[in-house]
Amino acid sequence: MSDGFVSVQPEVSGGSSSQIAPQHAPGGVDWKAWGTVVSLGIVWWLLWQILEPLANWASFQLLGLTPGSRLGDAVAFFLYDVPKILLLLAGMIFLVSTVRTFFSVERTRQLLGGKREGVGNVLSALLGVVTPFCSCSAVPLFIGFVESGIPLGVTFSFLIATPMVNEIALVMLFGLFGWQIAALYMVTGLLVAILAGVAIGRIPNVEKGVEDFVWKIAVGRDAHSDESMTWRERFLSAWAMTKEIVGKVWLYVIVGIAVGAGIHGYVPEDALAGILGKSAWWSVPAGVILGIPMYSNAAGIIPVVHALMEKGAALGTVLAFMMSVVALSLPEMIILRRVLKPRLIAIFVAIVGVGIIFTGYLFNLVL
Amino acid sequence: MNVKILGTGCANCKRAKSLAADVIKELGIEASVEEVTDIQTIMGYGVMSTPGIVIDEKVVGYGGVPSRAQFIQFLQEANAA
Repeated sequence: MSDGFVSVQPEVSGGSSSQIAPQHAPGGVDWKAWGTVVSLGIVWWLLWQILEPLANWASFQLLGLTPGSRLGDAVAFFLYDVPKILLLLAGMIFLVSTVRTFFSVERTRQLLGGKREGVGNVLSALLGVVTPFCSCSAVPLFIGFVESGIPLGVTFSFLIATPMVNEIALVMLFGLFGWQIAALYMVTGLLVAILAGVAIGRIPNVEKGVEDFVWKIAVGRDAHSDESMTWRERFLSAWAMTKEIVGKVWLYVIVGIAVGAGIHGYVPEDALAGILGKSAWWSVPAGVILGIPMYSNAAGIIPVVHALMEKGAALGTVLAFMMSVVALSLPEMIILRRVLKPRLIAIFVAIVGVGIIFTGYLFNLVL
Repeated sequence: MNVKILGTGCANCKRAKSLAADVIKELGIEASVEEVTDIQTIMGYGVMSTPGIVIDEKVVGYGGVPSRAQFIQFLQEANAA
């Protein structure tokens, strides 16, 4: 994933030649840009309407499979879910990317500056969801935040929320599990990020866990970001982002759904209830530990998780596993190791891990 | 002219670098392209989202790969200045 390119306004004003000339009168509505987006939206909606009948027609008429048979069900499931999820992903990423053109890491840093812990953690976790951010920028972001006086715990809330509550995970959950589970995931993901950040901030001498060089770096003055984007530019940027992300995850989606369809059609009902069901108390921590070395993106893991649940795995266990896969990833720890001492990384993993395990038990208990 | 790509070796940094080399060749400008991976130097430019694009010590953009047209514009402006 990428951060979204921000071009910098020239510092000397009056250089009008430096700006890409707007294609419409300033202040007026860009009918062409809006018209294109609205028509695309209508096409999207029409496709959405015909998906299910089309998938059924393809499986049972075109391929001649029998409805109710194992193979027939698995194929119909696959043919319906793949375009459904890809369509949802494209639509959602476009929307989120458009919203993100209003945010940047630099602006988030300004918004968080001077905020106390508590309020700062909440704001930080929320901004973590809407700020365009790529985990490869985690190191400069960390240094930039810490240097401008943002408390460590608040910085961690951001770093935990960003991977955990991402649009891909939310779309997949929405598409496969329904909006209730997606909303539940979002709320608990934010809570884990906020509370883990608060907990890390409360640890005495936590600053000592940061590599010493971080405190010595002189951060240059913020580059002035160009915030006067036109809607046309916002849409174009969102479109580029949509192409990039869908181009990256479509294969994971297909493989994930294929595996899920296989499980759906061939694994007997309740086969997993004993291992991943509510009755097995150890399944939640086991799921979290299993999730740490796995670095799949949400796109690949959620269809599998969905199929496991149909076969008797408990929701809390499955959500805990998912959160662990996306929020506690080995590659991210390796990146963070450049600015954090092993002790603080261990604390980070332990606190987030405990938060996720707690969430898992809570869901198994409540639902 | 001197173009610096600030980045810690991410995929987009590599793409930005090859785009820079491409565009420079296309425009026939005399310019060098340099990849800066040292985090202290990167932070010195005030860039928090990589890759950052610096032309003649001035940050022209950050947080992604600019479009080809944008890059050409950056270079022509810097060349005219």
